Amino acid sequence: MVPIEIREVTLIYDTPDGKVPGVKDVSFNVDASEFVCIVGPSGCGKSTLLNIIAGFLTPATGEIRIGGKPVSGRGMDRGVVFQDFAQLFPWRTALGNVSFGLEMKGVPKAERERIAREQLRLVKLEKFTSAYPHHLSGGMQQRVAIARALAYNPAILLMDEPFAALDALTRDDMQRLLADVWQKTRKTVIYVTHNVAEAVYLADRVIVMTPHPGTVKTEIRIPLSRPRDPLSAEFIEWQKTLLRELGQDENRSTGIGYEPTT
Amino acid sequence: MTGVAQAVQNRRSILRAVATIAAAAGVYQALAMSGVFAPALLPKLQTILSTLIAMLADGTMVRHAAYTLYRVLFGFALATAVGIPLGIVMARFKWVENFFLPLVSALMPIPSFSLVPLFMLWFGIGNLTTILIVFYASTFPMLFNTWTGVRAVNPLWLRAAGCMGADERKLFWKVIIPGASPFIITGMRQAFLRSWIAVVGAEMIAASDWGLGWVIFDAKEFLQADVMMASLVMIGAIGFVFERLVFGSLERLTVLRWGMVRLAKG
Repeated sequence: MVPIEIREVTLIYDTPDGKVPGVKDVSFNVDASEFVCIVGPSGCGKSTLLNIIAGFLTPATGEIRIGGKPVSGRGMDRGVVFQDFAQLFPWRTALGNVSFGLEMKGVPKAERERIAREQLRLVKLEKFTSAYPHHLSGGMQQRVAIARALAYNPAILLMDEPFAALDALTRDDMQRLLADVWQKTRKTVIYVTHNVAEAVYLADRVIVMTPHPGTVKTEIRIPLSRPRDPLSAEFIEWQKTLLRELGQDENRSTGIGYEPTT
Repeated sequence: MTGVAQAVQNRRSILRAVATIAAAAGVYQALAMSGVFAPALLPKLQTILSTLIAMLADGTMVRHAAYTLYRVLFGFALATAVGIPLGIVMARFKWVENFFLPLVSALMPIPSFSLVPLFMLWFGIGNLTTILIVFYASTFPMLFNTWTGVRAVNPLWLRAAGCMGADERKLFWKVIIPGASPFIITGMRQAFLRSWIAVVGAEMIAASDWGLGWVIFDAKEFLQADVMMASLVMIGAIGFVFERLVFGSLERLTVLRWGMVRLAKG
């Protein structure tokens, strides 16, 4: 699909206590169709960075290039999925939510409903097309949100801890489903999480960030073949590697499924 | 919900409403029959009812109600047409808010009734004055609720819609209006209520010959408490129908169906 370059991006927050750098001199590249996870403790600026890439925030210096061209502001080349279930429009059915982007593009009704149905099938919600969001579970709502972000066919999918508010079992299902959807659609994905197991399960490459100010500490390529087995010895080794980079080594936790509290 | 369960629930809700009204009527009737007050001042239910039936039968009550309803609906429609867009624009653009908010704060506490004499000087007696009084009274609740509702729209909806390429005009129709709808519907309810209060007051002084407010005021000249009471029953009945059928249905078809408001438990 489309590669992304993040070049020396710095953003400064104006707070009552003065200027606080949110992210500082962040640079990395994402290849076309690559799945990159950004991992770090809360306050490391990972969500800020995602918001800059999405175009919700403007960096003080630096630039974002998508497909070689610098971008400013929002664009339909990027689909965004948020953590909050409330991101769906409660007054629209699952189908109505998913077809929103196509409606904005001016796609005729029959065509956009056909595409929306297809997207809902991709996230296994074809039976719930006419359900309103408040009748769907949290996991289902997040699947609708993914389908909605994919429906108008952006090259890039930006995801900000989309499964963080789900229970552990549902989250495992969602991760499997997302890995599956990504392999079918080959989108370029930037996925923010503070869950190490999630990053090892999903990512081709993990960007580790540290706070105050938010900077990239290191990048780790996860060479495991897919589908990945979260119980295999090598999977757990990669989790330990990541935890070490985050400064959460063995004497502080068992390492398995460890989540720094937010 | 199945059709049968819905029908049972509808019947229960009607029964409950009837029970409440019957109890209140019973208390009134006991008071009227106690003889503490003169029957001419506190007529019995059967007197009120026969007056009401007679006035309905000869068409005068229907005509009074039609005049009043016309003024209410006209003024209410104007208030909606001004209040909703202005409320939205105030909530979206700081300079509009800065300009209108002090004006709204200063005008809102002025009772609509106190403007009736002035409006009579400017616009004479009749429909124009009464409609404008209704418009004045109902614009503020419409405006205030819409303004609050738009500011309460979840910013994630705006972000999500923005990502999907919605421009300001599409945001307005496809996100802001439905997103603020629980508040807008509340605004309409309050505005309608204020319309009724305003119209009756305005008609008492600024209407001639027709209107429920006028007929109540006129009846005092002839000591016709039964006519007054019959007109009050009419006002209550029309208000009830609008509140339960029009606004109740509107709510059921929109915000209740969307889960943006919920029914009370039990």
